[in-house]
Amino acid sequence: MLNVGKIEEGFVLDHIQAGMSLQLYHDMKLDQLEDITVAIIKNARSNKMRKKDILKVECDIDMLNLDILGFIDHNITVNVIKDGEIVEKKALKLPEKITNVIKCKNPRCITSIEQELPHIFVLTDPEKEIYRCKYCEEQYTGRGLK
Amino acid sequence: MRHLMNPLDFSTEELDDLFRLADDILLHEERYAHRCDGKILATCFYEPSTRTRLSFESAMLKLGGQVLGFASADSSSAAKGESVSDTIRIISCYADICAIRHPKEGAALVAAQKSRIPVINAGDGGHQHPTQTLTDLMTIHALKGQFSDMTIGLCGDLKFGRTVHSLIEALKRYANVHFIFISPEELRIPGYIREDVLERGHIPFEEVRRLEDVMPKLDILYMTRVQRERFFNEEDYVRLKDYYILNREKMALAKQDMMVLHPLPRVNEISVEVDTDPRAKYFEQVQYGVYVRMALILTLLELI
Repeated sequence: MLNVGKIEEGFVLDHIQAGMSLQLYHDMKLDQLEDITVAIIKNARSNKMRKKDILKVECDIDMLNLDILGFIDHNITVNVIKDGEIVEKKALKLPEKITNVIKCKNPRCITSIEQELPHIFVLTDPEKEIYRCKYCEEQYTGRGLK
Repeated sequence: MRHLMNPLDFSTEELDDLFRLADDILLHEERYAHRCDGKILATCFYEPSTRTRLSFESAMLKLGGQVLGFASADSSSAAKGESVSDTIRIISCYADICAIRHPKEGAALVAAQKSRIPVINAGDGGHQHPTQTLTDLMTIHALKGQFSDMTIGLCGDLKFGRTVHSLIEALKRYANVHFIFISPEELRIPGYIREDVLERGHIPFEEVRRLEDVMPKLDILYMTRVQRERFFNEEDYVRLKDYYILNREKMALAKQDMMVLHPLPRVNEISVEVDTDPRAKYFEQVQYGVYVRMALILTLLELI
């Protein structure tokens, strides 16, 4: 089995659905952050999931916005690493608000024409995990991102 | 500073205050004739509307204020490609309060986010039209004196009719309100209103096809127009537009103190022979719309 070395400070995102790690890499905008080391492990063996992806991100632990992870898949396990040790396992929850992650698909929405207006979705029903566009209240229907 | 985007922006207590103020204006109009001296209302209408725009303008003029604005996107800087955010920043320099109608949903909220003056949503596409809801509620308040313990029939286009959706959301906050939805299958109330608003709130409702069957039960009948502009297919529109026509025979089945409301314009869903029936209140409703907009302008400008 492939081995990737330990990281000193950062995150290990475990139990990512197999095949989703690259999308997560982009959605977390890791490609836009300079001076961070990222290891993407695809199709790792998993007792729980049969196969899974893992992301190891070496960075300052305040650098990442983890809200988005809760929206994408709250089954992902987030291990916070400091001095080479796991110091915290974060439970993910659905973020109250997500900005510029998904786009409103309602052609009648003001976001379709207004210059540089952020696409904001608000969690309106935590039980049913329903997000609605802040402007037109159109429900976001598809899981997975744009 | 406060805006009005959604009919639920005001709590039931705040609505009570608003309607009490509108009642007082109605009784003592002369006392309010100069409350808005020196104030300017901007009516920014990116799509045509006769009733709503003139109702706002009438309300401001009756309060002693003045009005300016535009009545279509063609006559505004939107035709040159200006954003709503930029337009409202400019309008904030010219006026003290703004009523905005825009074909895009959420446009009024975008305006409110950038505005230095109170913004009233005067209709944003098929989304919200809160002052129509205030008008409907004001009419019920003035003519029935209560919102609770009522059976309310909503008839016609319940799928696309934004006034219907807003009215349901506003009325469900009162005790013992029973809804009866009367519509053809194609124009039924949307699933999210049935499930998220009514079933979750344990609000009693029933859905029927025939208006005649439920007429005797109703305290209020809210008629709506089947709107041509909501259909992609002319054939469907033609088939559904005359599905319900309220006439004298149907009115004969109703209670003596039932009242008929309609957001207007009417096409032919209410026969003109009903207009002389004392239970037909849709033209009075228009008048109440002016009073409640006067009360709203005073409230948002903090002139009470």
